[in-house]
Amino acid sequence: MIGLYLEQIEVGRVVELGSVHFTREAVISFARKYDPQPFHLDDAAAARGPFGKLTASGWHTAANWMQCYVASNQAAEAMLRAAGREPALLGPSPGFTNLRWIKPVCPSDTITYRITVTGKRELNSRPQWGMVSGLNEGFNQSGELVFSFESKVLTARRPVHRPQLSS
Amino acid sequence: MATSCISGSLLKYMLYYEDFHEGLVIPFGTYHLSREEVMEFARAFDPQPMHLDETAAKSSVLGGLAASGWHSSAILIRLSVEAYANKSAAMASNSMEEVKWLKPVYAGETVTGRATVLSRRVSSKRPEMGILKIRFELLDLAGGVKVEIIGVQFMGVRDP
Repeated sequence: MIGLYLEQIEVGRVVELGSVHFTREAVISFARKYDPQPFHLDDAAAARGPFGKLTASGWHTAANWMQCYVASNQAAEAMLRAAGREPALLGPSPGFTNLRWIKPVCPSDTITYRITVTGKRELNSRPQWGMVSGLNEGFNQSGELVFSFESKVLTARRPVHRPQLSS
Repeated sequence: MATSCISGSLLKYMLYYEDFHEGLVIPFGTYHLSREEVMEFARAFDPQPMHLDETAAKSSVLGGLAASGWHSSAILIRLSVEAYANKSAAMASNSMEEVKWLKPVYAGETVTGRATVLSRRVSSKRPEMGILKIRFELLDLAGGVKVEIIGVQFMGVRDP
């Protein structure tokens, strides 16, 4: 995460990931491709729907978290490289748990995302890797929590440089 | 002789909570994932080299150009919307307890899927709303599971 090796990540640390402004065009365009339910596509249908207004697909809110997460990681990696240090690269994720869409996200909302490190552990099965757990949250422009989920991401451990044995 | 028939257009929706009994399996249609779409989604939401570049993808854990996990999840949702949500009184969702990315979805692949109703109940606060717990699975054409999502689907009750 953000270029850090497992050993460098502190439990409790909060990382601000940035914000996304949800335009009406982006909300409708995402919904048309991946979640074409009337309340994500059309004002009149949405007025009769479960929220009474047009709302973004929850998966759009989630995908924009990923956009902020990747951008934050890539920026941090670039800074470390510029300082002559080798960043720990982002490891794969097996998936996520407890995705919650707490309040609707509507066109013209701006959602600000952050991750809080909730745990980390070494992996006996994969000595080069550890697992970092995080609580991910999105807040709207009024500061209300609208979205959250828990993540587990493989994170590289700092490489061990053993002294060369001469024969 | 004309048979008795309720036209779908006469009903506001075709399927309600009452129709989604426990154990029901709803098969999905198919979705072809093009190389262009893998990269288009990745540019917008997950611009990591393994989703953008064939060479980088080959040497990554994915072993080839493959969709972002969020993209494969979104495709599964699209298939579910076509298969039942837009033919029913579906009222969105507020949570998914698990999203598992088991196998990559590669550029050029065609996938399908299914939904299984795991349990159901009517909301005690809102008797007009049912709460379905559903397992969504994105499958390759040989039946292998690529993505598994377990979560809630709110569904309107026909006769509250």
